[in-house]
Amino acid sequence: MSWLTEPLQYGFMQRAMMEVVIIGALCGLVGCFVVLRGLAFIGDALAHAVFPGVVLSYIAGQSIMIGAFVFGGMTALGIGILSRSRRVSEDSAIGVVFAAFFALGVVILSRQGGFNRDLGSLLFGNILGVSMNDVWITAVIGVVVAGILLALLKEFTLLAFDPTMARAAGYPVFALDVLLLLLVSATIVVSLQTVGNILILALIVTPPATARLLTDRLGRMMVASVLIAASCGVMGLYFSYHAGTAAGATIVLTATAVFLLAVVFAPTHGLLGGYLQRRRGHHHAHHFHAAGEEVELS
Amino acid sequence: MAGVDARVAPGAIVGVIGPNGSGKSTLLKAIAGVLRPHSGEIMLGGAPIRQEATRIAFVPQREEVNWDFPVTARDVVMMGRYRALGWLRWPGKADRERADAALERLGLGGLGHRHISQFSGGQQQRIFLARALVQEPRLVLLDEPFTGIDVHNRAIVHELIRAFADDGVTVLVATHDLDEVRATTTHVLCLNRDMVAFGPTPTTFTPANLRATFGGQMAMFEQVPIFERAP
Repeated sequence: MSWLTEPLQYGFMQRAMMEVVIIGALCGLVGCFVVLRGLAFIGDALAHAVFPGVVLSYIAGQSIMIGAFVFGGMTALGIGILSRSRRVSEDSAIGVVFAAFFALGVVILSRQGGFNRDLGSLLFGNILGVSMNDVWITAVIGVVVAGILLALLKEFTLLAFDPTMARAAGYPVFALDVLLLLLVSATIVVSLQTVGNILILALIVTPPATARLLTDRLGRMMVASVLIAASCGVMGLYFSYHAGTAAGATIVLTATAVFLLAVVFAPTHGLLGGYLQRRRGHHHAHHFHAAGEEVELS
Repeated sequence: MAGVDARVAPGAIVGVIGPNGSGKSTLLKAIAGVLRPHSGEIMLGGAPIRQEATRIAFVPQREEVNWDFPVTARDVVMMGRYRALGWLRWPGKADRERADAALERLGLGGLGHRHISQFSGGQQQRIFLARALVQEPRLVLLDEPFTGIDVHNRAIVHELIRAFADDGVTVLVATHDLDEVRATTTHVLCLNRDMVAFGPTPTTFTPANLRATFGGQMAMFEQVPIFERAP
């Protein structure tokens, strides 16, 4: 029992717990659309591209979120416009730009004293250093982002599933695409303090990927993803406290472990479940044919 | 692609035919609003087509659908109601019943709760037709609806296309399947980069036009007599 309660006697751990629950829930939710739209690479690009903003506000002594928001917004818009023109190969253009932005951030930071220590906390996050103020900001932004995403859930779902129909039916596809990128960008920015630039993508992609293995329904996938991400955050924080390991990285590894468990044990999509279903499938095949049903057992 | 000039009355069933790369998909995508024409106009019911966008239903090629997407058959059909519902409104009981009725009509009654990957190819095609049905469209675009489906499913697709036309809905079918064009359509649009021919099926679906459309890529077997062996 004290394993659970002991860390909570410290104020910084209480704040870290609150922060990780909010951020886990947010990443789990927004991440569903990152996974369903195949935006993992773009998410990674966003996370790297905000780095100069993080560095600049850090040097100016401001909350790192301010600079990150400015750069995140610009990048989201830039990627949206880039993906509209068919002339540039989107992938390489994004690759070039985000690597350059990231390098710019490192160069700016290297002009300052105490380079290594600062670089470490900016790249990998410093969740144990969050203030109550940070927690509030994260909560407010999280509610706004989740609110917009859920309010436009119909439209974002249609756009992810069938962009041609969305266009044919006259939806403002470009505006919705940019809005989604802005939501992803905002999620990344508020999460930077938890796991940092490098590992943030794991928190956005791993929980939804895990949830997808557990269910075939979008609604359930979103709920599962939120719960998985938040609880992996909490568990990871405990592990890191007791093992004395870096918090952000431990959270990511916890999420990875849960993902691997799902890969093996998930009911229908898991390796084990799939094997059993295939074995059972042989028996059921006759039954389905007899009923005149055309069903492909997946 | 150039020179496409065609006009049909509501309720027409237009077959768009041509070899691979002839611009069938391009034409469909231009009408759907995915691609913008360099020049010219696309009108629906006397207004620029984009103003009538909410009443355009699109049935994609099966290969273009992400069958791993976490939605059920009913979820997909319900997407046809989204535009009519408008922003910030959720499908209610009436919409669900409507989706189920559409699935029922297409012979998928009681299967709405299944994930879309758990259906056969023909059934998957029918899910998207049900979606077009609940959209109450003025124009339906079908991209290769007959590819890889069996006779039974073909009959269902036929029946629905005719039902649309009877209700005054215009149907555009891009297809490779010339037998289907002869059997189902009222008009044919022959494409080979440029428009080769357009007109009512009986007068336009001729060996000469088909040769001009497909060039040397096809062999014609017109009216080959078939003798059934006596039992």
